[in-house]
Amino acid sequence: MSVFFHIGRYSLFVRQIFDKPEKHGIFARLFLRDVESLGLKSIGIVAIISVFMGAVITWQTSLNIFSPLIPRFTVGLVARDSIILEFSSTIVCLILAGRVGSNIASEIGTMRVTEQIDALDIMGINSVNYLVLPKVLACVFIFPFLVVMSMGIGLLGGWLAGLLTGLVPSDDFIYGIQYIFNPFYVVYSLIKSVIFAFIISTVSAYWGYFSSGGALEVGVASTKAVVVSSIQILLFNLLITQLLLT
Amino acid sequence: MIEIVGLRKSFEGRIVLDDISASFEKGKTNLIIGQSGSGKTVLIKSIVGLHQIDDGAILYDGRNFIGMNSLERKNIRKEIGMLFQGSALFDYMTVEENVRFPLDMFSNMSLSEKDERVNFCLKRVNLENANQRYPSEISGGMQKRVAIARAISLNPRYLICDEPNSGLDPRTSIVIDELIREITTEYDITTIVNTHDMNSVMGIGEKIIFLHEGVKHWEGTKDEIFDSDNEVLNDFVFASELFKKIRRVHSLAKC
Repeated sequence: MSVFFHIGRYSLFVRQIFDKPEKHGIFARLFLRDVESLGLKSIGIVAIISVFMGAVITWQTSLNIFSPLIPRFTVGLVARDSIILEFSSTIVCLILAGRVGSNIASEIGTMRVTEQIDALDIMGINSVNYLVLPKVLACVFIFPFLVVMSMGIGLLGGWLAGLLTGLVPSDDFIYGIQYIFNPFYVVYSLIKSVIFAFIISTVSAYWGYFSSGGALEVGVASTKAVVVSSIQILLFNLLITQLLLT
Repeated sequence: MIEIVGLRKSFEGRIVLDDISASFEKGKTNLIIGQSGSGKTVLIKSIVGLHQIDDGAILYDGRNFIGMNSLERKNIRKEIGMLFQGSALFDYMTVEENVRFPLDMFSNMSLSEKDERVNFCLKRVNLENANQRYPSEISGGMQKRVAIARAISLNPRYLICDEPNSGLDPRTSIVIDELIREITTEYDITTIVNTHDMNSVMGIGEKIIFLHEGVKHWEGTKDEIFDSDNEVLNDFVFASELFKKIRRVHSLAKC
């Protein structure tokens, strides 16, 4: 099927998501469930990746600065900007596209092939709104927290790496991460995380919702969800950077 | 009563249902039978609006479902209870939550009234001690009973069952069939059952429609099947030795 077909169907799908929920109490329950399953359960993976990436960035930067004219605090500065501008928003969201995207696509895809979505439709429920809206809002709500957490843990990992290897003294690193700090970088990163959260949740739900067949097709839908979300994240990263930082 | 008039449905140019007209009577178990691939499930899904039809009309007590706007469709769907082939229970909900779900979504009942209704529905399908279990923790027959309880929780006017005996042993199939028939009579609802289980045909087939290659080939009651000279129907219904013998006994008894 052509790209235009998917763009058209995706647009109609997104329009259906933002209908008024049937019962607000049930919606709130689903939202909290999704905050837990999509957000809180991702804390572990985000923390582990952030600490190691922060450490590696510090290490690599430190090892690649040969000139004695470049001060040591530059390592902290480079680690800070790399983590805040790209790693914590883009790379963490790419990782979340794998974890959260496949979760959403397989959950909704399984509901499709086991006729649970048909059951909702028969009851007169807007199945797209009922299933997808809580997930979209949960992702948009929780992703910025995960990104901020990733920034903190990444910088901590960098500081620890510098300290334990002796490559960057603690004072230099801390001075570096404070040096000509631009708070807009954090805002830029948070804007990206909200947009990426929307992309991951809606694209993954789209592939899951329109899957058909059996377990094999759900697996295919899940893979497509991750691949398409990842590509869109990279494209939008380029676009947002162009719009906000240049 | 549900009536379908001149219903046509095709998928990518391939005609699956061609000019189907039939009426399904209130208070009776109306059966749609036919071989696998004859269009039974497509017909059922077209009747409830899960498939968009190419041509024809579907009348729910005279109300044309096809001409309705989305709000009117939504309202009519609240009057439909559906039992799916694979039960279609929500696997993240317990048995009790599954039955309570339509009440939570569409009724203004108090908590105690909902509890009472859920217990009543589960009791009606003879399933009382499984409230807190998840669908994956109960047998296929129990899942079907939970699905029936969920389907009747909002007092539907129409009950649509897509292969309710699929994957069940003969004994459990009879229990499910009996349950469907009892509920149909008790609540005076219009029930449509899509099946290729001959035990169901002989057991609860008060009105039967036979589909073959997307066309309605025959219509009648379970007793009329024995006297039918429709070869395609006979080939399908009396395919097994058991049913051939039953037919012979039936013929002898008539003589």
